[in-house]
Amino acid sequence: MYRYNDFDDAFVRARVAQFRAQVNRRIEGSLTEDEFKPLRLMNGLYLQLHAYMLRVAIPYGTLNSAQMRRLAHIARRWDKGYGHFTTRQNIQFNWPRLQDVPDMLDALADVQMHAIQTSGNTIRNVTADHFAGAAADEIEDPRPVAELLRQWSTDHPEFQFLPRKFKIAVTGSPNDRAVTRAHDIGLRMVRNAAGAPGFEVIVGGGLGRTPMIGQVIRDFLPKEDLLPYVEAIVSVYNLLGRRDNKYKARIKITVAENGLEKIRALVDDRFQQIRGQFGGFDQELLDQIEQSFAPPAFRAAPTEAFEAERAANPGFRSWTDTNLSEHRAAGYAIVSVSLKAHGQTPGDATAEQMDVLADLAERFGHDELRISHEQNVILPHVHKVDLPQLYEVLRANGLATANIGLVSDIIACPGMDYCALATARSIPVAQDIATRFDALKLEHEIGPLKIKISGCINACGHHHVGHIGILGLDRAGVENYQITLGGDGAETAAIGERAGPGFAYDEIVPAIERLIEAYLAHRETPDETFLDTYRRLGAAPFKAALYPEKEKAHAA
Amino acid sequence: MTRRPFTPKVVTANALLEGDVVWLTEDDRWTRDMAEAELIEDEAVADDRLLYAMSQSRVVVGAYLAGAEQTPHGPAPTHFREMFRTRGPSNYAHGKQEGAQNSSKSFAPSFEGR
Repeated sequence: MYRYNDFDDAFVRARVAQFRAQVNRRIEGSLTEDEFKPLRLMNGLYLQLHAYMLRVAIPYGTLNSAQMRRLAHIARRWDKGYGHFTTRQNIQFNWPRLQDVPDMLDALADVQMHAIQTSGNTIRNVTADHFAGAAADEIEDPRPVAELLRQWSTDHPEFQFLPRKFKIAVTGSPNDRAVTRAHDIGLRMVRNAAGAPGFEVIVGGGLGRTPMIGQVIRDFLPKEDLLPYVEAIVSVYNLLGRRDNKYKARIKITVAENGLEKIRALVDDRFQQIRGQFGGFDQELLDQIEQSFAPPAFRAAPTEAFEAERAANPGFRSWTDTNLSEHRAAGYAIVSVSLKAHGQTPGDATAEQMDVLADLAERFGHDELRISHEQNVILPHVHKVDLPQLYEVLRANGLATANIGLVSDIIACPGMDYCALATARSIPVAQDIATRFDALKLEHEIGPLKIKISGCINACGHHHVGHIGILGLDRAGVENYQITLGGDGAETAAIGERAGPGFAYDEIVPAIERLIEAYLAHRETPDETFLDTYRRLGAAPFKAALYPEKEKAHAA
Repeated sequence: MTRRPFTPKVVTANALLEGDVVWLTEDDRWTRDMAEAELIEDEAVADDRLLYAMSQSRVVVGAYLAGAEQTPHGPAPTHFREMFRTRGPSNYAHGKQEGAQNSSKSFAPSFEGR
């Protein structure tokens, strides 16, 4: 893992000291809220419905055990004993008191973490494939590039007042687990004809009010050109992006309004201008960073004990069937720890659970943890021989839910239970869907299915790319939920299609149930997933299931 | 364009230090219990009270007028968002749900915060 150098450490400490003074001036009354608000947002501090919220970046979703333990400590000491992991690989603390926040930030700085640029019209936390460095299908670990981008974008003087926020995602694998096509810039590692790794550069994706799938601006960008090319894109956007209308200010609109060809030409011009200024220093830095991401010393050990336990313990077998992914090293597995126990809040972990995960990472996982955009925790490097023991510890701590990728592994934004922007609640809808399908014992029968819920049009819950998306709205003073179908956040990305009129709060879970019954009735084989069935049949049979009254009226 | 008729309002905000939801009372206190809030039935008075609230930047943040109605127990919300603000989140008994037993309901009598 990357370790801060003296410069990083001094920068983060200086920022905390500045913010401490700003908080003091706000409390004693020499800063108004109008003056203070941009300062607190620069440091990740929001005011939500019931309290402040501190959003802490987990760069490219990577943590070590000491960092995870520190998050647990912060949750216990200054919050209510838990934290909420988000779809951008951040953690949010929902109940900090204003006067405590500088201490929380100092505690983070002790373990090389911060909340800088987790808000505001800046380049936000760079996200990455949560299986980075471990996945069997990976070309290269994308995290060194993500760290390079983090260093470059942090406090970048040209990009502190962009037209709007700017999100970058990176993956090193052809199977896109980082939703790169729904980001302002998506970087997908590919090989050219000569076999050299570089990036397919995607621009102008995004969800929110105007969802768009990103377009390829460059088929193959050599790795050494990455920083100047990305800088060229952001630089063009900084000048061309609209500042007259907040809803038209994201780069997706800039690309849509100007056309990809014009943007490409402007970016190429800018790239030619600035490329020489980088002078190779970025490559020296990248070399150093790459060394700090050297893979752990994987060990060779027999896996018979793992197979034996699978044969003997059905619970363990079920968990290994759903929660493991293929590792690049023989004998190893990638473990996804579900933060979606049925009926629990998606993405929430208690301080005790964070400590347990830190211990497990230290004992069995080469001290590495990841946070996925799907709001789960990953132990990326676990030898299969250790899995039975690991499973028992997870089970004892409410962390062994065998539901990764299934109907109850739901992404949900905080919604109107916390968020000041929300128009409806998300969390209880997710809880009720998970509880319902657990009671029906249908989850494994249904198979892979991604339900994603947002509590407002800003789409933090990625509902547009859910196989089933749910969007909570305020319709005439009542919570109302719109369903979208057929969305996809993977390499085959697609925006879901709105199914029809929305459903009331107490109608949404039955509606989802009818939708899934329709899928089970229409699939050709048990292997045909919900998304496959939808793609084969289109929306009609699903709409018929959602709106049976309308069907009857048609038939009459 | 016809203007919509004025409906009763309360002045609400978040406390500066904890961010907890608060309402303005008739006697210029900030209460954590909506039932103690001043229900404003006149638009000119509402504008005036909001201006007063916005001058209280040293104790509260983000003051605004929220729809409310009179009940036997005092003013109550008319919109679900404001209902949630009187209570706290639905996934844990946090916020006002856990603070219901706290002794002091109001705080920081207004001082000249400009």
